[in-house]
Amino acid sequence: MTQHSAPLLKVDHLTKHFPVGGGRVVHAVDDVSFTITRGSTLGLVGESGCGKSSCARTVIRIYEPTSGNILLDGADISRLSQKELLPYRRRMQMIFQDPYASLNARMTVHDIVAEPLRAFRVCASRAEERDMVERMLNRVGLSREHAGRYAHEFSGGQRQRVGIARALILKPELVICDEPISALDVSIQAQVVNMLRTFQEEEGLTYLFIAHDLSMVRYVSDDVGVMYLGQLVELCRADEIYAHPAHPYTVGLLSSVPIPDPVAARLKDSVGLEGDLPSPIAPPSGCRFRTRCPYASQRCAEEAPALKEASPGHFVACHRLNA
Amino acid sequence: MEPILQVRDLRTSFLTSNGEVQAVRGVSFDVEKGKTLGIVGESGSGKSVTSLSILKLLGSTGRITSGSIRLGGEELTRKSRREMRAIRGGRIAMIFQDPMTSLNPLIPMGDQVGEMLWAHRKDMTKAQRREKVLELFRTVRIPEPEKRFKSYPHEFSGGMRQRVMIAMALACRPELLIADEPTTALDVSIQDQILKLMRALQKEMDMSIMFITHDLGVVAELCDRVAVMYGGLLMEEADIVDIFERPMHPYTMGLMASIPDMHQDKRKKLQPIPGSPPDMIHPPKGCPFAPRCPYAMRICAEELPPYVATGERRRSMCWLLDPEAPAQGNPFKQGKEAAV
Repeated sequence: MTQHSAPLLKVDHLTKHFPVGGGRVVHAVDDVSFTITRGSTLGLVGESGCGKSSCARTVIRIYEPTSGNILLDGADISRLSQKELLPYRRRMQMIFQDPYASLNARMTVHDIVAEPLRAFRVCASRAEERDMVERMLNRVGLSREHAGRYAHEFSGGQRQRVGIARALILKPELVICDEPISALDVSIQAQVVNMLRTFQEEEGLTYLFIAHDLSMVRYVSDDVGVMYLGQLVELCRADEIYAHPAHPYTVGLLSSVPIPDPVAARLKDSVGLEGDLPSPIAPPSGCRFRTRCPYASQRCAEEAPALKEASPGHFVACHRLNA
Repeated sequence: MEPILQVRDLRTSFLTSNGEVQAVRGVSFDVEKGKTLGIVGESGSGKSVTSLSILKLLGSTGRITSGSIRLGGEELTRKSRREMRAIRGGRIAMIFQDPMTSLNPLIPMGDQVGEMLWAHRKDMTKAQRREKVLELFRTVRIPEPEKRFKSYPHEFSGGMRQRVMIAMALACRPELLIADEPTTALDVSIQDQILKLMRALQKEMDMSIMFITHDLGVVAELCDRVAVMYGGLLMEEADIVDIFERPMHPYTMGLMASIPDMHQDKRKKLQPIPGSPPDMIHPPKGCPFAPRCPYAMRICAEELPPYVATGERRRSMCWLLDPEAPAQGNPFKQGKEAAV
């Protein structure tokens, strides 16, 4: 949580509930607040159903927020109409998880990458458009020859490059990466992660990087936020979360990641995490993690812990640490 | 000791409208009794087809073109469909990646596991089957087995469904368990639970497991021995500690360099393997990894390298290991170079 530079994105008490009938709601995102400094990356980590993707989609207004505020470069975009939102759309783009589902099978790679340019009428002529698309494709490691082809002719890694080209061609400031590498092979994952880092260094991009485990996030993030059942349970510098994880959920999540070292793996005194995620329709009272927490006490069932600064720059929502 | 499974020079192809896809191009390995063999590779490396070939689950377009698969000394490639049906689920059981698509959404879980016993253990009565299923549920640590017996797949979480799949696989006490990416669709914390369960069950039941995965971390946690596949070939095979201590193939080295290390300095960039995997309709004439290999020599593109023993119980397929290969810039001959 560096303070020296103004935040590009400020998310304030963001809540997103999905009605599921019978007056019940899915508590997808509950009172989540964070900021991302311009040019830095916040990694948002959690397991399926923790609300990380819903959070990202609400930030970019694919979903309408139930309450709370989203500030892009100081401007509150959380209540803007779709029309009012247009100038901001250009400044924030998204890279999706599944490079198979997120590219239109009936469009050529050129058309896919040119679509944002057309939507915002960026290019004066066809030639200019062709030129811009070609340059963008080159930057993601594809060539002019690829432009006329269709997405099905490409491997997963190449498709994700097309998705990145589409997201970056408008020169956005904020890029939301929703698990951009989880569908890819290991050797290709590293290619994509390095490419995203290079673009950030060159253009000062700001990333909100969503991931389901903590291992790859380390290579891209400046700050890391851990979500559990719709809430942020820990937020701090990336190095800090690996060196001194404080929330019992973070500790469990870290120890669940398999270690690629057979000797260490066999010696590992793994705690892991017991049980399954409770239903987000009826989350447990008090601390939502208490049903799986080895340290849960009576207080955890009665009172929800707030996200508080446990040590400088390190925010944790746990009674044990905020006592 | 005689290995449970012996695969020799297995070749499997699929006929498609674009031509013959040579998915597996001559693979040999053993699974030893009570041990876990990890088969590691990326999409399209042939690792899943290898396991499907063992069970002869190749559909109408796939066929084993040559090679031998011996289960406890018995040749499987010559078995009839009827004989294979008795082997599948009986002597060899398999767990797949996505437990939801492997389960019938309309049949209660207990009955689905019981079906396994009904098919293979005709001597059991309905009551005995029920008892056995409950026992299996307890074995795989499913809470409240009596209640869960009547539940449907959608009422289970992903981790619990995979436990049911394991229960089903264990029903007939198979000699060999093939697990094809059983934890890939699961969250890390649930993956950790399933891996712990498999490790415990292996000890309890002295099971032999063939574990297919793309994740070297999972391999390190679970396997005794590793075979690394690429382009339909087995590039390197070694004991678990040896391969992590000193990988002896440029592809294995590349894989290891591209996985994130939680204890590594994050400012260091990951080292990806450049390029993409080969086209298996027109597989390269030489080593399939040569176009992506930082050490590739001229011969690599022209001729398939032979296996070279790189230590006790380990071998690799790479021209760099050839006695005549140049020592300069050779990652496997640096020690010798210094000695000269």
